[in-house]
This record gives sequence, C-alpha cells and structure tokens, in this order.
Amino acid sequence: MLTLDGLLIRQDDFKLKAEFSVDAGARVAVIGASGAGKSTLLNAIAGFLELSAGRLLWCGEDITGKTPGERPISMLFQDNNLFPHLTVAQNVGLGIDPGLRLSATQKDQVTEALRRVGLDGFEARKPGQLSGGQQSRAALARVLVQRKPLILLDEPFSALGPALKAEMLDLVGELAAETHATVLMVSHDPEDAGRFAALAVLVAEGQASAPVPVAELMANPPEALKDYLGR
Amino acid sequence: MARGAIEIRRAWLGWTAAGFVAAVVLVPLGAVIWQADLSGQALTADWAAVRFTLLQATVSAFTSVALAIPVARALARRRFPGRGLLITLLGAPFILPVIVAVLGLLAVFGRNGLLNGALGWIGVAPVSIYGLQGVVLAHVFLNLPLATRVILQGWQGIPAERFRLAASLGMRPRQVFRVLEWPMLRAVLPGAVMVIFALCLSSFAVALILGGGPRATTIELAIYQAFRFDFDLSRAAALALVQLVLAGGAAALALWLAVPPGFGAGLDRVVRRWEAERAGLRLFDGLAVGLAAVFLLVPLAIVFFNGVSGLARVPGSVWEAAGVSVVIALVSTSVTLILALGLARRGEIWGYLGLAVSPMVVGTGLFLLINPWASPIALALPVTALVNALMALPFAVRVLAPELARVEDDFGRLADALGLHGWARLRLLLLPRLRRPLSFAAGLTAALSMGDLGVVALFASPDWATLPLQMYRLMGAYRMEAAAGAALILLGLSLMLFWVFDRGGRVDVDA
Repeated sequence: MLTLDGLLIRQDDFKLKAEFSVDAGARVAVIGASGAGKSTLLNAIAGFLELSAGRLLWCGEDITGKTPGERPISMLFQDNNLFPHLTVAQNVGLGIDPGLRLSATQKDQVTEALRRVGLDGFEARKPGQLSGGQQSRAALARVLVQRKPLILLDEPFSALGPALKAEMLDLVGELAAETHATVLMVSHDPEDAGRFAALAVLVAEGQASAPVPVAELMANPPEALKDYLGR
Repeated sequence: MARGAIEIRRAWLGWTAAGFVAAVVLVPLGAVIWQADLSGQALTADWAAVRFTLLQATVSAFTSVALAIPVARALARRRFPGRGLLITLLGAPFILPVIVAVLGLLAVFGRNGLLNGALGWIGVAPVSIYGLQGVVLAHVFLNLPLATRVILQGWQGIPAERFRLAASLGMRPRQVFRVLEWPMLRAVLPGAVMVIFALCLSSFAVALILGGGPRATTIELAIYQAFRFDFDLSRAAALALVQLVLAGGAAALALWLAVPPGFGAGLDRVVRRWEAERAGLRLFDGLAVGLAAVFLLVPLAIVFFNGVSGLARVPGSVWEAAGVSVVIALVSTSVTLILALGLARRGEIWGYLGLAVSPMVVGTGLFLLINPWASPIALALPVTALVNALMALPFAVRVLAPELARVEDDFGRLADALGLHGWARLRLLLLPRLRRPLSFAAGLTAALSMGDLGVVALFASPDWATLPLQMYRLMGAYRMEAAAGAALILLGLSLMLFWVFDRGGRVDVDA
C-alpha cells in the first residue's frame, strides 16, 4: 500500500497537499487541469521533488528519505525514457543492473522482456532506429525487468496516436497484472482514465484528493472537474 | 531529504576537482604573496613594465576589434566561394602556436622580410617589427580572427526577419546600421575588447621575441627576466602579484561582460541583405575580407614553405623536444578533462581560476614552493603539464558545462530513477553523451599545451626543452632554417593533435 501522509509540496507560490492511500495492485488515474500539479505529484512520489512536509510510506516503510533509484518505483516520463546512445537491450538491461554487468540469466531476462512487448530481434537497435510506439515498448520492457511494485506513468504515450496509445495502456495493464504492480498514471483524457483505471485521483486547487471510482467521479463531478471537463 | 542524498553522492568528483584546482592555484599564490618584495624601490623599477603591459593590451584590443568589424560584416552578408573555409580558418589561430605565428610575421614584416624587401626596392627606409608596433601586430594577428568570430555571431543573432522588414520599409544602409547593427555592436563589442585585452595582458611569448628592453617589456616577461637573469625571487614575486591583480581584474571584468564563446556552431548562415546589394558596398566587403585573408594567410604560407625546405636541417634535439611536448600535451589533456568533468556541473567558477592567474604567476609560486625542497628543474615536466592543464581548463569547462547541463536535463531523472550513480553514470551516460564536446575540449587542450611557450621557460634546463622552447633557442642562435623546420613540425603536431582528438569524437556518434 502506498500512503501519502500529510504530504505538502511547495514550489515558489505553488502548493499541493495530499493525504490518502492507494491499495497494492490498484490502478489509479491522476486527472486534473494542466498546471494543476499532476506531474508534480508523481515527481514527488518518485523522489525528484523534495517534500515540504509529510511522509511517503510504501507498505508501512518510510521511503521519504530515499533516492529515486532506491524507491520501489519504475517511472516513465513524457519523453527521454531511453538513452539514445545505448542499444535497446542495454536500455532494458539498465533496469536489472544500472552498471550493466549482466549474467547470462539476466541477459535471457532482457530477451524475454523484449519478446513480451513484441520487440524480439530488436536487441541491437538504437532508439533512433525505432518508431515512437516501439520506443514505448522498449521502455515498458525495462519496467517489466525492473520488477518494481509501483509504476508511475507521467503521460509517456502522449505523443502516440489514439489507437497506439490504447494499445500501450492495455500492455501496461497486462504487465502490471503479471507483476501485481500498483500503477499511478497521469492523464488529461477522461476516456483513457476510465479505460485503464478503476480509480481516479483528482488534482485541483492545490489538493490531490483521495482516489474514488472513476465512474462515480464522472457521474457526479465536483466543480473543479466540471470546469475542466467543460460541462 | 531525497534530493540532498543524490547531490552528495554526485558531488564528490566536483569537490575533489575544485579542491585540487584551488590548491594548485591558491597555494602558489600564497607563496607569491609571502615572498613578494613590496618595497618602493622594486616597484618603481618595474613601473615601465606595468605601463607597457597596459598600453600594448589596450592598443591590441581596440585595433583587433576595430579591424574585425568590417570583416565580420562582410562575412555576415556576403556569400562567396571559400567563405566556409575562411570561417573555419578563423578558428585556427586559437590552436596555432604563438611562436609559429611570430615566425611567420617575422618572415613578412621582419628585417629581411617581404615588406622591407619591397620598401627597399622602392627606396624607402626599412621599418622595424621590434617594440610596441611589433607586439601589437602579433596580437592583432592572433586575435583578429577571434574578434571576427565573436562579432560575426552577433550579426547572425539578428533575425533575418528584421532585415526583411528593414528592406520593406526601404531603409538605407546607414539606417539599417543605426536601427539594427549598432545596437548589436554596442552589446557585443565591450565583451570582445575586454577578452582580447585580458589575453594580451598575459602575453609572454610575443613580448619575449618582439619586445624586450626597458621600453617594451610586459610584466610576464619581467617575471621571467627576474628569474633567469637576476634570480631575484622576491622581485619576481612582487611582479607576479601585480600581474595577478591586473589579469585577475581583467578576467573578472571579461566574465562579467558575459562574452559569447568564439567557437560556436552556426556561422554558416548568410542572411539576405537587400539594402547592401550595391556595387560600392560589395567592393568594400570584398576588400575587407581579401585584406584580412592576405594578412592572416601569407605569414602561415611562408612558415609552411620555409618549413618544408628547413626540415632537412632540423637537428635531433628538435625531434626529442617534439616527443617531450607530445607527452606533456597528453598528460595535460588527461588532467584537464578529468578536472573539467568534475567542475562542469556546479564548479564552473573554479575552472575560470586559470584565466585570472597567468602561467608565469603560478609558475613563480610553484618555483618558490619547490625550491627549498627540490630542484625545480627536476620537476619541470610535471609542472609544465600541470600549468598547461590549468590554462586550458577554462576553455574545456566552457565547452563542457552547457553540454553536461543538457544531458542532465534530458536524462538526469531517468538515470536517478534507475539508480545510475558514480562510475556507472559516468560510463553509461555522461561519457557517451559527452563524447563530442569532450573530444573537442581534448583537442583544444592538447593543441594549446603543445604550442605553449610560457612556464617551461622558467623551469627548463639547457639539456631539455619542449618543442616551442627548442624552436625559440634555434631562433636565438640565428639558425633560422632549422627554426623554420621546427615551426612546421610544431604546427603539424598541434593541428594533428587537435584533429585526432576532435575527429575521434565525431566518428560513429549516435543521435
């Protein structure tokens, strides 16, 4: 279980508060207007932003003081998810050992992960030789070998077309189900949110509220969400 | 907190590098201050050197920049065959050994040079290249290209749309100058003047060969003379202190004026200039570029041709010296790269210490420190490599810092999220992503070190020399053919070192 205990993020005159828990294995969409602080929230959970107050707990363990690499978290950013100078296999291998010293078994693991995301035979390619969708798949293969229990998605598929985006979200869903991972996904598309996640966290007016079922939120949106949805 | 932990882990290389630079610069400075004889008598004797240093640097800076303006303007608004090559060559004097340039200038403007040959033929009295005019001539030769590139960048910073608008408004050249070009020049020129002024303040090799005597001695040269001729260490230290204040002040001022780096990309764009399409202006631009090219290329061409015929007369000592110089260049390149990598993230300011202190000042300090314990001559090789590394460090840091910032911006979070730290981060992220700027910085450092004639003159013994020093000795002994051969070898090695390193960073690089 991920617990945000009295979380406060302060950046200049921007403030964001959060106080809720997410059950292990849950899939949660983080929705809200652009600039509301969705990415900020994910960056704070991942350890890229310092908390002004509060604690972060994973399964009861305080992870507030840990570096991003030490946290039980895989994160995909909007862009730059792959190192362009390393091969696909190396990029995926980094998820197992950041020093890239891999045993034969671990190399097999990389191959297997690439096969799982439909990139078998692409080991030696560089990211520049892949299409946008293939790059996303390679990044997902790394998430797969990382085996981290918490996956954060900061709109990594926003540059893909609708069909491809849906395909990627389905793939994330499958992979998360295999590893029993918890997923937090930033989205500004209510349709994506409903398709992928059962729960949604609304970020608005300096507050990230506790997750509620997506259907419920959409059926009975609070004022802030109404404005955003244009209803 | 989380961020703090990452920063500490990442910062150790930076702190080590900053500490090292601070130690090898500040400790010698301390020795200089400790030893300096600041009694009135010592300072009055060297007042002439201070005055001459300031005078020649001022005249050199203003002349270089004034001559660079028409050349840069012509390059900014004309397209002609060889333009790209000429702009590339304008970057070359930076890695051109000073002593080679001086030899070329002697061949044109010296006592038996082309100019005096022509003057004698038409019955005019010969002109002398020695003294203030020679020092300024050499400084303009060395810095005109830098000034041209800096000002050209300013010109190219003016968006093409502005010139289009000016054309649609029917502005005449004078109006375009007032509205568009003058504001740009007012922003760019002070920095250009200041940088060249600062570079000329620390001039040693030029003054050593073309200056000298009570009327044309720079402070750097006076430090050297206090060492070599009088072995008056406290006077050398006092001079070093004066030099430190002057050069440090000038460097701080130059940095404060935020000078654009002279070696940037994107100089190959020519903006269409409707108002300048008249025969008179074309002719003027052609003259500016033509004269600049002749001034810069003829001396080098002569060095080349004399060098080819002099190669056969080169004594074995030159080849030994060439070997020594290459070793020193490689050592200082390694030191500079390691330090620059450490400092490029947050310690840029430490890297610039090398600009504030001149080689002679650090050399004097190191000499004072070493002298009580060991023979400074025995340590000449490592000291020369170290000082050369420090002198190239500002340029290496300047090249690396923005690139490193970009890599960290693009991939820092990903690397953190994957737990890429320390050696793994260096090996898997930084080195591969920074290959091009690193190679370029390595090329610059190696070439600068190869051609440097500075601190080595303080420390060297008669049976040992670097190639520039050996070449200087040959010139001093009037063995001009052998010196010309040595100059060609020196020029070739400098360019080759630069080319090999820089090239190494360009082949097989991924997007």
